[in-house]
Amino acid sequence: MSDTQTLREWLLTETPTSRRHAKISAFYQGWLTLRSNTMAMIGLGILVLMLFVAAAAPLLAPHDPFVQDLGNRLAPLGTEGHVFGTDSLGRDILSRLIYGSRITLYIVALVALIAPIAGLLVGTVSGYVGGWTDAVLMRITDIFLAFPRLILALAFVAALGAGIENAVLAISLTAWPPYARISRAETLTIRSSDYISAIQLQGAGAFRIITKHIWPLCISSLIVRVTLDMAGIILAAAGLGFLGLGAQPPSPEWGAMISEGRRFILDYWWVATVPGLAIFTVSLAFNLLGDGLRDVLDPKAGE
Amino acid sequence: MSMLDVDGLNVWFGKHLERVDAVKGATFQVARGESFGLVGESGSGKSTILRAITGLAPDWSGTLSIEGQPIAKKRPKTFFKQVQMVFQDPYASLHPRHSVDQVLGETLHLHGFQDIDTRVVKLLDDVGLGQKFRFRYPHQLSGGQRQRVAIARALAPEPELLLLDEPTSALDVSVQAEILNLLTDLRADRGLTYLMVSHDLSVVAHMCDRLAVMKSGDIVEIMSVDALRAMNATHPYTQQLFKASL
Repeated sequence: MSDTQTLREWLLTETPTSRRHAKISAFYQGWLTLRSNTMAMIGLGILVLMLFVAAAAPLLAPHDPFVQDLGNRLAPLGTEGHVFGTDSLGRDILSRLIYGSRITLYIVALVALIAPIAGLLVGTVSGYVGGWTDAVLMRITDIFLAFPRLILALAFVAALGAGIENAVLAISLTAWPPYARISRAETLTIRSSDYISAIQLQGAGAFRIITKHIWPLCISSLIVRVTLDMAGIILAAAGLGFLGLGAQPPSPEWGAMISEGRRFILDYWWVATVPGLAIFTVSLAFNLLGDGLRDVLDPKAGE
Repeated sequence: MSMLDVDGLNVWFGKHLERVDAVKGATFQVARGESFGLVGESGSGKSTILRAITGLAPDWSGTLSIEGQPIAKKRPKTFFKQVQMVFQDPYASLHPRHSVDQVLGETLHLHGFQDIDTRVVKLLDDVGLGQKFRFRYPHQLSGGQRQRVAIARALAPEPELLLLDEPTSALDVSVQAEILNLLTDLRADRGLTYLMVSHDLSVVAHMCDRLAVMKSGDIVEIMSVDALRAMNATHPYTQQLFKASL
């Protein structure tokens, strides 16, 4: 039978033969749904391209992003050797964009690791345990939610000192409360369902129920929310960079690049516009992908 | 000594002014190997009795004993090896992200079994699902197949008393008969004791030896199935129920 069976049939089978087979098969079906969503694929394409660019930055960048050439400063778009022109210190903008993608990815990856996991932990524990624990954790969440996000991040960075790591920390500290809220709301609906009662009747403890039964159901909506929030995170990081509290010069962070170009925006518009367009493109890509992922991962839609 | 002894059971929800008494002074015994039915209309407290026995309804008073041993408020692990429950809606009682293998494997693991693989295979055979269902997810199963998985899960710890909360009411008629026959066979094979909740008198007549009729939290009458078949009721509510089911 396995001779005539194609890989596609093996992946789409209704009768998986092992645990791994079942997992791969479920994953492949999700991928097929995602693939049929053109906009999501465009978003994914942009992000894969960005990953590639960040990984191959030294090979792709035509110039050293830090080398100044004051004789050739503020060269316009399409100048010989400088497709996107040069900035106020004569550095090649394209090269700085390419290296800057590394910083952007670094920030996004770190925030995406810290904030949702912290939120998930707080939200599910609060929702499942209830009572006093719930009240205390949710009031703490409320306090964080009550502050304007960028202002709170500014305060943290100001207290901790400027720099990318501190910017990441500050953004994460301000980003977790919505995730805690989402996972608490999900937990409240899940916790009274029959399949949680059923596992309680097998004598399972709270730790097992939260990590093995509630988390898998919360994670998909969190992933969707994270991809949709990525744009906001990039903008917050760029905002901190713009205000001089994120990445420090001469590092080619996109927000810092806009900040530098701001001084000449009327006469030399491209210096600020090109990194702005880069932020716009990546944010859009994350939003498109997030929309597509919601179709794939939402357990309510999948029924 | 009876398998299950319920004596003066009260169950309520909410506190103070919002308190709702769902079960009031329910008293009945279920002998070892017997199949006992609880019938009544929606909201009469049938399912609540099951949830109180398993500890899913936390506010109760009275005495519940299994084989003469009173049940403590906090159920020990050994309790769940003796008593298991099958839920009403098979679409809600299986975790949407867990395969059949995970559901049964985890249950066996929690009860401390070592030979999990062979036991999962055997359980699936026992409930009439073949090996080809082992790695499927609930959304790949029909309602009847899901209920078979739920029954397999309840049987996994090898319990003596099985609480059945309208196990067929969410299924269509032909599948209902299959599940009822499966339950009858399992009881005969394993010498199980059933406490079954239903609002369908014909299901109770088919499955049970004795039954209790409930109305707004009270048990109004306990009768044998022979009396049910002869429509021999003493309480006016039971007579009314019989008439309505004709």
